[in-house]
Amino acid sequence: MTGFLNFAIAQLPNIAGGQIHGNFQFDAQYYNPDSTISAPVVPEKALSNGFGNIIYTNGKFMAGVRYEHYLNVMQGFPVGYKGTGIPYRFATYNNDGLEITVGSSYDQFGSGLVYRTYEERGLGYDNALDGMRIRWSPYHGVYLKGIWGKQRNFFSQSPGIVRGFDGELNLNELLGSKMDSCKTTWVLGGSFVSKYQSDQNPFLALPQNVGTWAARANMISSKFNLYGEYAYKINDPTLGNNFIYKPGTAVFVSASYANKGLGISVSMKQIDNFGYRSDRDAAGTSSMINYLPALTKQHTYQLAAFYPYATQPNGETGWQVEAGYKFKKGTKLGGKYGTSVTLNYSASYGLDTTELHDMDAASLGYSTNNFALGQIYFQDVNLEIFKKVSPKFKGTFLYSYMTYNKNVIEGKSGYPLIVSHIAVFDLIFKLSDKLTFRTDIEHLYTKEDHGSWGLLLAEMTMGEHWFAAAMDQYNYGNEVADDRIHYVNTQLGYYWGTNRIVVGYGKQRAGIFCVGGVCRFVPASNGFSLTLTSSF
Amino acid sequence: MSNLERSIARKQSLMKHLFSTVQLALAFFLFTAFTIKQDNLQKLARVDVKGLDGKIVNTGTFANDGKPIVVAFWATWCAPCKKELNEIAEVYADWQKETGVKLIAISIDDARNSPKVKPYVEQQGWEYEVYLDENQDFKRAMNVNNVPHTFVLNGNNEVVWQTNVYNPNGGVENIYNEVKKVAAAGSAPKPE
Repeated sequence: MTGFLNFAIAQLPNIAGGQIHGNFQFDAQYYNPDSTISAPVVPEKALSNGFGNIIYTNGKFMAGVRYEHYLNVMQGFPVGYKGTGIPYRFATYNNDGLEITVGSSYDQFGSGLVYRTYEERGLGYDNALDGMRIRWSPYHGVYLKGIWGKQRNFFSQSPGIVRGFDGELNLNELLGSKMDSCKTTWVLGGSFVSKYQSDQNPFLALPQNVGTWAARANMISSKFNLYGEYAYKINDPTLGNNFIYKPGTAVFVSASYANKGLGISVSMKQIDNFGYRSDRDAAGTSSMINYLPALTKQHTYQLAAFYPYATQPNGETGWQVEAGYKFKKGTKLGGKYGTSVTLNYSASYGLDTTELHDMDAASLGYSTNNFALGQIYFQDVNLEIFKKVSPKFKGTFLYSYMTYNKNVIEGKSGYPLIVSHIAVFDLIFKLSDKLTFRTDIEHLYTKEDHGSWGLLLAEMTMGEHWFAAAMDQYNYGNEVADDRIHYVNTQLGYYWGTNRIVVGYGKQRAGIFCVGGVCRFVPASNGFSLTLTSSF
Repeated sequence: MSNLERSIARKQSLMKHLFSTVQLALAFFLFTAFTIKQDNLQKLARVDVKGLDGKIVNTGTFANDGKPIVVAFWATWCAPCKKELNEIAEVYADWQKETGVKLIAISIDDARNSPKVKPYVEQQGWEYEVYLDENQDFKRAMNVNNVPHTFVLNGNNEVVWQTNVYNPNGGVENIYNEVKKVAAAGSAPKPE
C-alpha cells in the first residue's frame, strides 16, 4: 500500500509539466443565387473554411500542428485551397540559447523586405517555410537567424528552395559598459536570402539562383526613432515582371517623434522590381518570400476602406505622414475627458520609368529615375477626432479625401481616377450598466465609379454575452436606377469565456478586403453565415 | 508474553498504524497539492518580443514581484482594442495603487503600422509596458486568434483568466475583478 503510494508520488513530476492548448475557428456561408447584385452561382450552395491549432509546451520544448479544411473554399479566398489536411506542423527546442525549429516556421528579417513568412487567416494567406529555422544569440547583443526550406503553397510546396541568414547587432548590449551613458539605442542588421529554382524555360536562360541582400540601421532615443533599410535583388525574371533581367531595389525609411501627448510619424518607401517569389511562374498571393506592405493608412470603417490601396511590387514610391495630439482634460479643447486629434496624409505614385526597347533575350525592360515620380496611384488626407463627451457618450469623427487609380490598383483599363470624400460618425451610447448602443453613420461622395454610398450601422451589446447588429449600405448615387441597391445585413453573436458564435444574414456587396498589404476580392453574396471560434 | 512485552508490541503496532496513517495522509496531501497546483493553468509562453526602445526581450522574463500582470494583445488598427486600453488607462493609476498590477500591452502590428505604435502610445499617454510582436510569434504561441485578447496572470506567470472580446458593459470591471482575486490570493498566507 505504502509502496504503491510512494511509486505514485514519484511519477507525478512526469505527468505534470507539459501543457496542451489551442484554438479553432469554423466559418460557413450559404449562398442564395442573386442576380440583382451579381452574386455568382454557387453549385455547393454552402461553403466552409475551418482550422484548428494545437500546441504542446513542456519547458524548453514546444510542438504543434494545424489542421485546415476547405470544403469547398469560401468565395473570395484563393481557389487553390481544396480539401483537408495538416499543412502546418513544427517542433522547437531551445537548448541554452540555441533555438532550433524543424517543420513549419514563420519569421521576418528586418522589416520583411527580403524575407517574411507569416499567416493572415482572414485572407487565406500563409507562406510558411517548411524546413529548418535556427535562432541563436551567441553573445550579448548579437542575434542570428538562419532558414532553409521550401514554402507552403496551399496543401503542397512551391518548387523553389529558400535559404537565408540574418544578423542583428544591438550595439549598446554588445559594447556593454562602454555605452552605459548613452541614452540612445543603436541597432544594425543585415540579411542575405537566396532562392533556387531550376530553369525549364526553352527560350530564356533564367538564373537558377536569385539572391537578395538587405542592410538596416535603427536609432532609438526616448523621443525619436529613425529606421532605414535598403535591399537589392539580382536579376529575377518572373511572370510578375514580364521576364525582364533588371535587378530590383527597395528602400524603406521611417522616423518618429513621440512625447507628452504628441506623436508624429513619417514613413517613406520606394520599391523597384521587388516581387520575390519561390516560384517564378506564380501569381496572386502564392509563393511570396518577402513582404512589401502598403504605406497608406489602414482604414477600418467600411466606406473609408471601400477603395483600398494594394502595393504594386513592380514599382512605386509611397509615403505616409501622421501627427496625433491629445488635448488634455481640463483644457479648452480637451473638455472634461480630453480630445484626440489625428491628421494623416499618405500617397503612392508609380515610378518614373523609360521603356528600353532592347530586343536582346536578356532584356532589362526599363530604366528608372529614382528621384522623380510617375503617375499617381493613390492619395488620402484624413482627419480623425475622438472625444469622450460624458460617461454615457463618446464618439469618433473621420473625414477622408481620397484619390484612387482603379486601372493600376485593380489591373483594369479605361477608368478615370476616382476622387471621393468620405465622412464617418462612430457614436457610442452607454444606455445602462448592461446595455451599450453603437451607431456608425458613413457617407462616401464620388462622381465616378458607382457613385455615392450611404451606410448606417446599429450595434447593440447586451449584458456580457450578447451582441446584435444591423447594417445597410445603400448605393443611392448610382447612375443606373436599378443598381441603387440596399445591402442589408444583420448579425447576432453570443460570447462565453473564450468561445464565440456569430450568425449573420443578408446581402454583402462585392468588395476588396485587405489586411496589411495583401488584399482579396470578395464577390457579392446573399445568404446566411456562421462563425464559431474558441481558444483553450 | 509479559505485560511489558505486550505493551511494547501494542505501542509498536500503534506506531506502525500511526506511521502508515501519517504516510497515507502525507501521500494524500501531496497528491492533492500536486494535482491542484498543476491545475492545467496555462503558463505564459516564452517568446522574444521587441520593446519600444529596440531591445529584444523574452516574455519569460516578464515579472511583477509576484503581483498580478495583465497581458493585452492589441493593434493600432483594432478599434475595440484601443477602446479597451484607453478605458483602462483612465483607472490604471487606481488599479496600481490598490493591487500593484502591471499591464503589458503587446502590439501585433506588422511593419506597415509598427512605426506608429510608439507615437500612438505617447499621444494617449499610456503608462503601460508596450512591446512589439511584429511577426505575431507571441500571438501564435498564446493561441490568440483575433484581437483584442486579454490575459490575467498570477504571480507565477500563469493564466488565471482570459477574454477575447471587448465588452463595453463592464468588460473592464471584469478584468479588474480577476486582478483583485489574484492580488488577494497572492497576499494570503501560503499553506506550507
